[in-house]
Amino acid sequence: MPENCIYIARSSAIAARALAGEMMVMNSADSTFFTLNEVATAIFQAADGRTPLQEIVRDRICGQFDVDLAQAQADAEQFVTELSGHGILLVSNQPLASEAR
Amino acid sequence: MTTMATAQKVACVEIGGIPIALSTCDDAFLDLLRRRYDGFLSASPPEFELEFDLNRTGLASDDDVRVRREGDEWLVQRGDFHARLNPRTGRGSVRQNANPYALDSVMRILHSLIVAERGGFLLHAASAICRTPGASFGASFNGRAYLFPGVSGAGKTTMTRLAPADVTLLTDEISYVRPSADGYAAFGTPFAGELAKAGENCTAPVAALFFLEKGPENRVDELPPAEAIRRLMRNILFFAEDQDLVEKLLATACDFVARVPIRRLTFYPDARVWDLVRNFERDFERDSQEVAEHA
Repeated sequence: MPENCIYIARSSAIAARALAGEMMVMNSADSTFFTLNEVATAIFQAADGRTPLQEIVRDRICGQFDVDLAQAQADAEQFVTELSGHGILLVSNQPLASEAR
Repeated sequence: MTTMATAQKVACVEIGGIPIALSTCDDAFLDLLRRRYDGFLSASPPEFELEFDLNRTGLASDDDVRVRREGDEWLVQRGDFHARLNPRTGRGSVRQNANPYALDSVMRILHSLIVAERGGFLLHAASAICRTPGASFGASFNGRAYLFPGVSGAGKTTMTRLAPADVTLLTDEISYVRPSADGYAAFGTPFAGELAKAGENCTAPVAALFFLEKGPENRVDELPPAEAIRRLMRNILFFAEDQDLVEKLLATACDFVARVPIRRLTFYPDARVWDLVRNFERDFERDSQEVAEHA
């Protein structure tokens, strides 16, 4: 396993609903609300705490959307950083137990 | 030892069909309660009882409100008040100064919690009932309600000021929405905005929701469901740091958008915009019928 692996898991402090390919996510800690597009939704849904982000991008993003791997990886890391800052995703360089109920 | 007990005086205030008994020992505060919620005073048996304990210090109201659950109780705190409510027993208490703005804030927040658990919500929106053609207003209003959410300056108060005389105003600021047998119903509230006038204490089924935007002409545009939910969530009054209630609220918002027509209403501020609102339901039902016939 590469040393720079990133693992992501959904926080338990959120509510989420999928609608028309988009994901609505609300953080119960501060009631902030986010709408994720299709690509972000695919990453969010794959955030099980066990699958490295690189694998998610390779299999779930580049496999489904017409996007360059390096660009997709950079975009995914930016997205993950942003959502972890809002408490939506948990990020670690070790596998995580997903908190989502 | 002698105990000095002061009699509690009670006013029952029913907003959104939920009667809450507000009790206080202070005659002046009781008078304030009665004047502020005149039109919403009720003889119904209360579902909740709130006991007010007044402090005399002027406290800052510009702190962020914090709402959290502690055991069975909701705790609501801001600089100028501290409230707790046990939804299981229906009993609670409020410590605040005799400021009407603190009182209104407490009532809005507690109602937002109570109604969220029942599948409804309070919305930062004006609302009004348009009479159904041919119907007359009696004890129960025979009409349909329209909601007009929008941020400050979007036109909520303007819409209410432009309303024709036969339109019944439910509020120019905070709308009260609850699920009903055939969809959702809107209730009048005493929570006023710039209009500084309480809404009528009545209810009607929700016909449609229009997000307001001022523009050079009057027009109605459809919104994709995801965009409608995003905008709706932005306007719902909700403060609780509580996972279960957040999940419930999001489910309610999705259900509301699935069952109620949601549109963007761009309007030029003159009375003709109300013709568009009145005609909406007729056109909506005609178009729905045509779609069904062609399916």
